[in-house]
Amino acid sequence: MAKRVGMEVSLAIGEAAKLADVDVVAAYPITPQTHIVEHIAELVANGELNASYIPVESEHSAMSACLGSAAVGARTFTASCGQGLELMHEVLYVASGMQLPIVMAVANRALSAPLSVWGDHSDVMAVRDTGWIQIFTENGQEVFDTVLCAFRIAEDQGVLLPVMVHLDGFHLSHMIEPILIEEQADVDKFLPPFKYPLALDPKKPVTMGAFAPPVIFSEAKKAQEVNLQASKDVIIKAWAEFARVFGRKYSPVESYRTEGAKTLLMTMGSFSETAMETIDKMRAEGKDVGLVRLRLWRPFPTEELRLAVKDAETLIVFDRALSLGGQAGPVCSEVRSALYNQDKKPRVTNIIGGLGGRDVTVAGFEEIINRGVKLAQKGSQPEFEMFGVRE
Amino acid sequence: MAAKNEREITWKNLGVGAIVTEPGSASQYQTGGWRSQYPSYDNSKCNKCGLCYIFCPDMAIEQQEDGFYKPNLFYCKGCGICAKECPKDVITMLEEGS
Repeated sequence: MAKRVGMEVSLAIGEAAKLADVDVVAAYPITPQTHIVEHIAELVANGELNASYIPVESEHSAMSACLGSAAVGARTFTASCGQGLELMHEVLYVASGMQLPIVMAVANRALSAPLSVWGDHSDVMAVRDTGWIQIFTENGQEVFDTVLCAFRIAEDQGVLLPVMVHLDGFHLSHMIEPILIEEQADVDKFLPPFKYPLALDPKKPVTMGAFAPPVIFSEAKKAQEVNLQASKDVIIKAWAEFARVFGRKYSPVESYRTEGAKTLLMTMGSFSETAMETIDKMRAEGKDVGLVRLRLWRPFPTEELRLAVKDAETLIVFDRALSLGGQAGPVCSEVRSALYNQDKKPRVTNIIGGLGGRDVTVAGFEEIINRGVKLAQKGSQPEFEMFGVRE
Repeated sequence: MAAKNEREITWKNLGVGAIVTEPGSASQYQTGGWRSQYPSYDNSKCNKCGLCYIFCPDMAIEQQEDGFYKPNLFYCKGCGICAKECPKDVITMLEEGS
């Protein structure tokens, strides 16, 4: 039987990595990711997890060490966020380009300056196009589950891509929640051993990351793009299998009380749970509002999104990052782009908030929904508006 | 990656991570395509010292059976180091196609 325990979410990630029986963890601590890697280091030091823990000197080195370990066919895990994720930026492209199925938890954090250790999605958006599969989570159980799913998806022989598991820094990483820690035997059933088809072996030498002159680079990128897009089917199947074994179901786009809703709010990450309470409150008052949550960020679930919002009149996209100098928040830009050529689509407004750890309360989301509806009704509207900024 | 002419490889026949499984496949890369000048040898001045062969950064100069040296134009990038180093002015860099 799975054990239900009160545990800090960061520690539950360590427990998931232990149940996944990871072989190598190379990581550099950075707030608010620190507790994740601290706990894994403890598990290794205590002999509870038989893995190599490599305490590297930087995040650039962390991801570089992960490349090497995945390339020899070792199950590889790491975690980072914010400035750390930025320091490993260039190496992220190498992991996806070389199809090395590394799993990384990212405790989403704002980017300097001004210096902020608190959460938002700026770090995610900066690594949006690195070719990693990216999945958002809303609570501790989802984080635990998604780490297990991430290994299964990453290591699928038809995928072989690195996966980021996003959890909001502090708002999720530092919460103590009741979490079902699954049995080793069940995890083993769900997660087969990792076999990398071209693992480094002196007896069968291969060249990884060879240079590609103009005559072949485009072909390599096309292959990468097709592979990443096609991974969506494997992700959906992995979630279905997870539901079969563990009873908890996940989807690329999830709807909450959207039946007959003229107005939809769209969120990503842990703020979705607060937004659900707002929807409950407004529904109780007879307002036809609903919530759409984007779980799968890469590959972008275009079809699922179109289906989820097609009957609404207004869609208010809540972004937790600015696209400085751009037209809207990063999520909203992609949502608008996904809907632009559709005949039947809602009017899309964009509210940006929750930056650098700023909380958005139940009342806050109600304000956001009302403001979004007003902006949509006005017709000519700004492309986005920032929420809760003191004038 | 299948061992065939790079221009015949489509995105569909690139393997996992574009990993190269065939050793030594870089020898198929025609670096001679970069060249705008080629080395022309006047062997009547050559004393077969081999300095051109030693200095060539691409090992693209080969000694013939008669002892004279000849550039392998499949690899020669036309850098001109051989012409610069030759103590007997055997080598002249000429425009490609001349």
